[in-house]
Amino acid sequence: MSDTHSQTAFVRTEVLPEAPPPVYEQGIVKWLRENLFSSVANTILTLAAIWAVYYLATATGPWILNGVWTTSSLTECRDVLQGDVGACFSVLAERWNQLLFGFKYPDELYWRPLLAFALLFVALGPLLFFKVFPRKFLALTAVYPFLAFYLIWGGTIMVPVFALLGFVVGIIVYRRLVLQSAAMGLLGAVIAAFAFWYATGFITGPMANFLALEPVPSRDMGGFMLNMMLGVICVSLSLPIGILLALGRQSNMPIIKWISVVFIEFIRGVPLITLLFVANVVLAYFLPPESSLDLILRVIIMITMFASAYIAEVIRGGLAALPKGQYEAADSLGLDYAQSMQLIILPQALKISIPGIVNVSVGLFKDTTLVSVISMFDLVGMIRGPILGASEWNGVYWELFGFAALLFFVVCYSISQYSQWLERQLQTDHR
Amino acid sequence: MTANAQLKVSDEVAISIENMNKWFGAFHVLREIDLTVYRGERIVIAGPSGSGKSTLIRCVNALEEHQKGRIEVDGTVLSSDLKNIDKIRSEVGMVFQHFNLFPHLTILENCTLAPIWVRKTPKREAEDVAMHFLEKVKIPEQADKYPGQLSGGQQQRVAIARSLCMKPRIMLFDEPTSALDPEMIKEVLDTMVELAEEGMTMICVTHEMGFARQVANRVIFMDQGQIIEQNEPEEFFNNPKSERTKLFLSQILGH
Repeated sequence: MSDTHSQTAFVRTEVLPEAPPPVYEQGIVKWLRENLFSSVANTILTLAAIWAVYYLATATGPWILNGVWTTSSLTECRDVLQGDVGACFSVLAERWNQLLFGFKYPDELYWRPLLAFALLFVALGPLLFFKVFPRKFLALTAVYPFLAFYLIWGGTIMVPVFALLGFVVGIIVYRRLVLQSAAMGLLGAVIAAFAFWYATGFITGPMANFLALEPVPSRDMGGFMLNMMLGVICVSLSLPIGILLALGRQSNMPIIKWISVVFIEFIRGVPLITLLFVANVVLAYFLPPESSLDLILRVIIMITMFASAYIAEVIRGGLAALPKGQYEAADSLGLDYAQSMQLIILPQALKISIPGIVNVSVGLFKDTTLVSVISMFDLVGMIRGPILGASEWNGVYWELFGFAALLFFVVCYSISQYSQWLERQLQTDHR
Repeated sequence: MTANAQLKVSDEVAISIENMNKWFGAFHVLREIDLTVYRGERIVIAGPSGSGKSTLIRCVNALEEHQKGRIEVDGTVLSSDLKNIDKIRSEVGMVFQHFNLFPHLTILENCTLAPIWVRKTPKREAEDVAMHFLEKVKIPEQADKYPGQLSGGQQQRVAIARSLCMKPRIMLFDEPTSALDPEMIKEVLDTMVELAEEGMTMICVTHEMGFARQVANRVIFMDQGQIIEQNEPEEFFNNPKSERTKLFLSQILGH
């Protein structure tokens, strides 16, 4: 009894020194034990996985390594291989330009979309790595869409310049009028911009040759370039529209709220493919025959509407996840609606929504291949149409679709990796 | 002799509330509230939970809308006009039970945000002011950290500093110590006492009766959406008039 008493009244007089963990709790041994062989089931799975990897490697390895790159038809490939297993990559080499640019974009102008593609990284840099670049670099991002339009479509430089100036006019008018009321500012800006575009429309006609690049019509765009164009344009347009729709859906103003709700619910309830058919066929009936709204523009509008409805719902989830106290704290400091949204609510809500937004963006990028159904020759359209249709390449499925999959995978995986990096960057707790 | 009597209270009205009523749906949360707060007054509102204390002070800066009656803050009558509301909010600081710091901004950015965007103070100047108030609440060394890295008590002191950076003429405290660990309550109360001694007009909803005795010059007791009793702290604690007040005091001071 007295022993237990002395046990209870225990006082530690010195701190125990830190000891290293046992050997089997360190380094690669620990990693193997914990991750691969922690239990019987885990060990079986590990062995099964090793076998699967081995099987795949031995099955596809020779096919890729024996691949033929230099022949000019599938029959020649077969002659070269003489019954051995091997891929016929020659189709990629021979149709490389068609896969990337479609079959109508003029050969001598390939440098223009390539330059636009290279500049895309310059434009995205300041936006994606906003902590590294000073804010003024965003001017590059703002100018890029107009420059890219000029490079890809060609024509007089005055069209993109006036388009850009129209936005500048709108912003100036907004700055002036917003002091009176936000709604006035927005309305005034839209009217001013459209008036400016309408007025300059009379000037661009006569000036069609001023600093003009050779124009390339929309119907000549194709290949992976078309997928990239649709993907980049639609994602970058649908994000701001989605934000506005999400805020609109939360609005206290019934008209704005109902417009947002009806738009979102309608668009979400319709398959993208039907919207694309509408863009392709049905709109042509309603628009005047001389209207110049070209097919790519119609497709961009439809895909953007589709994606923005989804992004709006993702962002609404982010907004709903914020504690009410954040809204109240912003209000209590005297921030107005626009300020509290811009500075407090959206930065947090968007951060929460990143996985969802990336999900929609990646999905949207892959869905751009659906335009092949309305006879546009994007990457998949090119493969299914002109390339597989050609007698020399009829039957080369694995190589072509594998290449398409690889291109899409590279882009989508990069987006995914970037978004995970961004989430870590924005983490502010327990750093 | 407590500190109260030494602090002079002017007869300039800071807040006047007349016949104010508020409903949540059909539930009558605030009934016929009449309250005049003079400049430099420090008022503590006490009462059981659900009695409408928080709702009352949240009506003062229009976080809650009142349906009937009149509220005048610093000479401006609260109406549904948004400009009016933003003006009042920029003059009235508020400290919340759950701090409500902005987790995506550093402590310094939390403090400079409203002065820069609402008051249009130049950034450098706003940062100087912010550092001044962070020193005042004794955490200048945390300026570059994020709220998630601070303890509850530190966060609440930052929240107080954030409000002070707007140089408010009135401060509202909505149970500022209720979400804190006991050992952190004191550091927040010390900050509030210091603020009171400088003559800030304050309305505090709190259960800290020690604080009420020390700094309040009026204690208001609310129950079921009404003001039941108000008095100087000495009288209120030692000689409560209403039965409801006596019961409440016996419950919270009984142990």
